[in-house]
Amino acid sequence: MQTSRLPAYVDILIIPFLNLLTALFVAGIIIAIIGENPFTALSVMLKGAFIYKGGLGYTLFYTTNFIFTGLAVAVAFHAMLFNIGGEGQAAMGGLGIGLVALSLGGVIPAPFVILLAIMGSALFGAFWGVIPGYLQAKRGSHIVITTIMFNFIASSILIWLLAGMLMAPNQMSPETVSFADGVMLFKIHEILNSMGFSVARSPLNISFALALLCCFAVWVLIWRTRLGYRIRATGFSTKASTYAGYRPEWIIILVMAISGGLAGMMAVNEILGVQHRVILNFTSGYGFTGIAVALMGRNHPVGIIFASLLFGALYQGGAELDFEFQTITRDMVVMIQGLIILFSGALAYMFNPILERFFSANTPQKEMLDG
Amino acid sequence: MADFWFQFLLALDSTLRVATPLIFAAMAGIFSERSGIIDISLEGKMLMAAFVAAAVAYGTGSPWIGALAAIIVSVLAGLLHGFACIIHRGNQVISGLAINILASGLTVIIGIALFRQGGQTPTLPKSARFNSIELPFAQYVADNIPILGVVYKELISGHNILVWLALASVGITYYILFKTTFGLRLRAVGEKPEALDSAGISVSKMRFQAIIIAGILCGLAGVYLSTATGAGFVKEMTAGKGYIALAAMIFGKWRPVPALYACLMFGFLEAVAARVQGAEFPIIGEISSDLLLALPYVLTVVLLAGFIGGVSPPRAIGQPYIKER
Repeated sequence: MQTSRLPAYVDILIIPFLNLLTALFVAGIIIAIIGENPFTALSVMLKGAFIYKGGLGYTLFYTTNFIFTGLAVAVAFHAMLFNIGGEGQAAMGGLGIGLVALSLGGVIPAPFVILLAIMGSALFGAFWGVIPGYLQAKRGSHIVITTIMFNFIASSILIWLLAGMLMAPNQMSPETVSFADGVMLFKIHEILNSMGFSVARSPLNISFALALLCCFAVWVLIWRTRLGYRIRATGFSTKASTYAGYRPEWIIILVMAISGGLAGMMAVNEILGVQHRVILNFTSGYGFTGIAVALMGRNHPVGIIFASLLFGALYQGGAELDFEFQTITRDMVVMIQGLIILFSGALAYMFNPILERFFSANTPQKEMLDG
Repeated sequence: MADFWFQFLLALDSTLRVATPLIFAAMAGIFSERSGIIDISLEGKMLMAAFVAAAVAYGTGSPWIGALAAIIVSVLAGLLHGFACIIHRGNQVISGLAINILASGLTVIIGIALFRQGGQTPTLPKSARFNSIELPFAQYVADNIPILGVVYKELISGHNILVWLALASVGITYYILFKTTFGLRLRAVGEKPEALDSAGISVSKMRFQAIIIAGILCGLAGVYLSTATGAGFVKEMTAGKGYIALAAMIFGKWRPVPALYACLMFGFLEAVAARVQGAEFPIIGEISSDLLLALPYVLTVVLLAGFIGGVSPPRAIGQPYIKER
């Protein structure tokens, strides 16, 4: 991290906003180049994400995925670890749910199956995070490379299992049988409708509450516990952490377990919430989007909630683009995501010199104190 | 036995075909990473190049113009990486990832805008592709000389020019890196940039040059995919090849010739995986081609963890160089 001489609110609010604006501006130019009106596209996306019937539900459904994967990346970032393995960890989380639900579903009462399945997703995800963590801490392999490799390995394992021993009989596509009756999460629209509100159908389910709970838990962990302090200290300086007797290797392994567990729980939303069986490629890039979410949300749970909402709206609004335009599809969202990672990640400090000049001109006293 | 031998030859032949883009990309990775810049964006540059090569070759009818355009775009993507990592000292992994994601979105969007075929380019006619070159007397030799004749016809003859170029690129990479002043400086800039700086050589300039070379090589990898083995661009056609090349580069410990072997080994695994699907073997039983395809990644993890000899990446890799004042 680069130290900045800017006031806190500039760092937290104005810079992410400027970065986002730059990304959207470039996206707008590209839309204009291929011959569509960027403002029409934007309004279609906004309507699709928030106004059309069920749109908000879908937006919040995607938001849930991004909260999990965004938190996963953020927790690792606090220890200066770059976990690109969210995709694989989420896939493994799905496998964990599948194994619990398929072996215990119908054997013990459904609520217990659900509870154990959620724990299964976190455990499997954590396991898939711990191995790269261990290899980084104890064997010195670079976590970025290992987690990339682990994404591919997880995907191969899932293909192998879903097309092999877990594949549903009399099925052509690689997927498991459906879970036993009742092994699924409540949908929000069902709950609200039973309470007398009229809400459109959407896949939004109570995993959303679980995601918010995780946000709170991560906030407590990172800023209100001794372990969180040690995590941040390790991220700040491994040497200082060693000197303080924190044993950074163990912190790295632990952080990767937490990070992997969070990514794994993304599967709760997709598999336990909607699919009720394990399918291939259900992670569909959400793990990677988590990186953009964490970058935009500045690794803070509150920021992550807002960034997830932004990406949730992009995803749902992006689906709307497919219907309204011939030339713009949801691949546009992939491109915008790339631009956001570029501008709020790799080029995060591009505007710093300009802003520093601007803000130091306004606050000459502070400049003198600094100097 | 004769049939097995023939099958084995065909597997070796397809090994070479599969390995070609990996070789280009792995050499690109070596140039970039030896200069101290992590290059996750091999995949994205390859994908962009594959698209541009096919689109331009279709438009102009010439694979050569397509290749040139592809190389230019791949170099530009590399320069974007350099702009972020060298000039703005951004995180190299994040920048590379951004380029990969950008590439998978942009290629499809522009593809749809240009051709309206769901992100594909139209199928290229034979004249707009790099076709295989039958070496002289291939058929004659195969008919008249036992064993070696078949090797000559099936394995050596019948490749397109890019396959030969990929193999040549290994020698050229080796020569540049280890036999020229430029190569010495390039390696030094990835190990101890401050030493070069104090010798009056610009660290940024060296790294930009490395990135441009990497862009050219990634461009060739993309050209090969869409206009030599393939007959047009298909959405996500690199399908992780950039990452396998990255793995091969690490497996080769950032050295050209060992990286070539790694590419060939990974290529061979893929060629075999395509053949063993559903086949029963004595003793071992059925081999899962899915797991076989994961082997390059597993091997790389095991190697990186230091279980098969040590690996040490270039020392200054991933660190932006801040010039002392």
